[in-house]
Amino acid sequence: MAPTTQHYRALFEPAGVIVAGASTHPGKFGFVALHNILSCGYAGRVFATNRDGGEILGVETLTGLEEVPDGAADLVFVCTPASTNAALLREAAAKGVQAAFIASAGYGEAGEDGRRAQDDLVALAEELDLLVVGPNGQGVVSTPASLCAQIVAPYPPRGRIGIVSQSGNFVSSFQNYARQSGVGVSRAVSAGNAAQVGVADFLEFYAEDPETDVALAYVEGVSDGRRFFERLRAVSERIPVVLVKGGATAGGARAAASHTGSLATDDRVFDGMCAQAGVVRAATIEEAFEAAASFATQPLPPGPNVAVVSTAGGWGVVTADAIARTDLQLLALPEDLRDELDGLLPPRWSRNNPVDLAGGETKDTIPAVLATVARHPSVDAVVLLGMGIQGNVAAMERDGGFYPGHGLERIVGFHERQEQRYTAAAAELSAELGKPILTATELAVTAPDNAAVQGVRATGRYPYPSSNRAVTALEHLWRYARHRQRRS
Amino acid sequence: MASSTGRTLSEAASKELLGRFGVPFLPERVVATPDEAAAAAEELGLPVVVKLGGDAIAHKTERGLVRLGLEDAAAVARAAGELLAAARPDDGAVHLLVAPMVKGNRELIAGLATDPQFGRTVMLGVGGVLAEAVADVSIRLVPIERVDAEDMLDDLATQALLGAFRGEPPVDREAVVAVLLGLSAAAESTPELRSADLNPLIVVDGRPVAVDALVEVAS
Repeated sequence: MAPTTQHYRALFEPAGVIVAGASTHPGKFGFVALHNILSCGYAGRVFATNRDGGEILGVETLTGLEEVPDGAADLVFVCTPASTNAALLREAAAKGVQAAFIASAGYGEAGEDGRRAQDDLVALAEELDLLVVGPNGQGVVSTPASLCAQIVAPYPPRGRIGIVSQSGNFVSSFQNYARQSGVGVSRAVSAGNAAQVGVADFLEFYAEDPETDVALAYVEGVSDGRRFFERLRAVSERIPVVLVKGGATAGGARAAASHTGSLATDDRVFDGMCAQAGVVRAATIEEAFEAAASFATQPLPPGPNVAVVSTAGGWGVVTADAIARTDLQLLALPEDLRDELDGLLPPRWSRNNPVDLAGGETKDTIPAVLATVARHPSVDAVVLLGMGIQGNVAAMERDGGFYPGHGLERIVGFHERQEQRYTAAAAELSAELGKPILTATELAVTAPDNAAVQGVRATGRYPYPSSNRAVTALEHLWRYARHRQRRS
Repeated sequence: MASSTGRTLSEAASKELLGRFGVPFLPERVVATPDEAAAAAEELGLPVVVKLGGDAIAHKTERGLVRLGLEDAAAVARAAGELLAAARPDDGAVHLLVAPMVKGNRELIAGLATDPQFGRTVMLGVGGVLAEAVADVSIRLVPIERVDAEDMLDDLATQALLGAFRGEPPVDREAVVAVLLGLSAAAESTPELRSADLNPLIVVDGRPVAVDALVEVAS
């Protein structure tokens, strides 16, 4: 019988967790898993087993599962050798455990004997009515439960992105980006060898999961392509799925075959399959995270027409170039909008899209122009450029040796408040109007403490590190929206 | 392109199969002799193309079994005679195909293929002599719906080729969509169909016309 939502709840929101094979050695997985569970705020009961007993990280370990009270734990995190796991899982199931994450290696990746052990593991899972994740996986994270059951770092901030990966290290990569950007994660799981359940199973759970708004997946290969397609298509009707595939080129495919044993397919077929299913396919890990962060924090654009609002010329020009290379449209500025902006800006403004303020702003110009542009019915999305200039000046003045004094406190404070005001206005307008507004500045990576970058973060949104990356993310939003529109 | 587990149909049989699903082909005649070929050419209107056909003949162009732009009955009869003489014993039963010569500046390719993981697929691409190098193609899984076929047209990078071009009208997108839906329907109702090539699909006055077809079925 296939695992049910109840099994996935046991995995992601367990009332108690058992770490089987907890180790006293801080370099071992069995130590790290226990450490991470204890140090990220998990509120349920934590049990640990160790062959020799004794205390680890303040937890009095058990020599076996018989001492675990019935029903006290839903999840067992398994770090014990593969050969001992069958007996362990039987005992765990008898104690009411419904989900097991198997970090142990020595299964399908380890030759003929390992493959047999993996087949036995799946049969046992069915027999015991257990959800078995892995084996050979790095762990599971669930921020609503403050659960960090993984043998690696990091633990991400809470958010709306559900992650699943055929490669555990990309779970870490995505979570690293989540920490850096502040756009958080709901659940994350490394599928390992995906013996019983794989990427599609977790995507189906995320589609049902009230904590998750967008799924983010790394895939190297699939065993039943046709069924994978049908399942992806059904999930995409519920939530956006952002997918990055390893092995898209001939060289990458050879590497994938040795990594996960996956069969290669013509990449153009995979690409078409994604388009047909409504799956958002990203070319890189970074692009995938940014697309997912955009789905998690921005509304879908109602159409392809983009307005670029910039405080200075060059940024707008390269952004117009970037838009021209996509399915997005650089909106030809409607007459009435131009007239309205004429009333807000000095005569030297660009009078076209990109809307270039040409440095002609008073303290209220940027929010006023942004609101006027965003509210126009022809505008479907806005890319906002030039945020952070004032914050950058403020940072230099704060650190320049004359601060405080010389009137610097007042002006530094003003600049920083203005940045917060602009970025807050962008998020509020976007939410009110149901149109994406993406703020892009390289300061997101070069000076993450910048007041504008912090301002974007404070709204829960993603500070795009360049306008071309913002445009790429926006194109993903639009392509998904268009797919849904054409099929509704 | 017969593989170890498939066999190809003749061009005539391939066209007959796909034509039933609305794939647009030229009116053409299957004949046996040079005299019949000349008569068919006059009936269809000159100039014409004459090809040697047969179940075992797959690579006509490479073998020089296609004669283009034949302007009069005598040229048709002479070409037909040469083609029949070029048949090899292992070609089996052969026939002559006589078709009107059409001209268009633009060529597309379309077809069906079988992917080892995703099963049968529909393909649309930019055709012509540079097709392989350009590699501007879009693929979907069978079956496709109208909206998928429209997406496939949008996928092509060479959109300029689909608009008005060198005095020819824009490509009739509905007609291309109909070809793709026809291929998908052919695959759905013909489980043994493994691949189909419409190469080229010449754009004549904006409308796609398949001038060749090669179908492979599971044997």
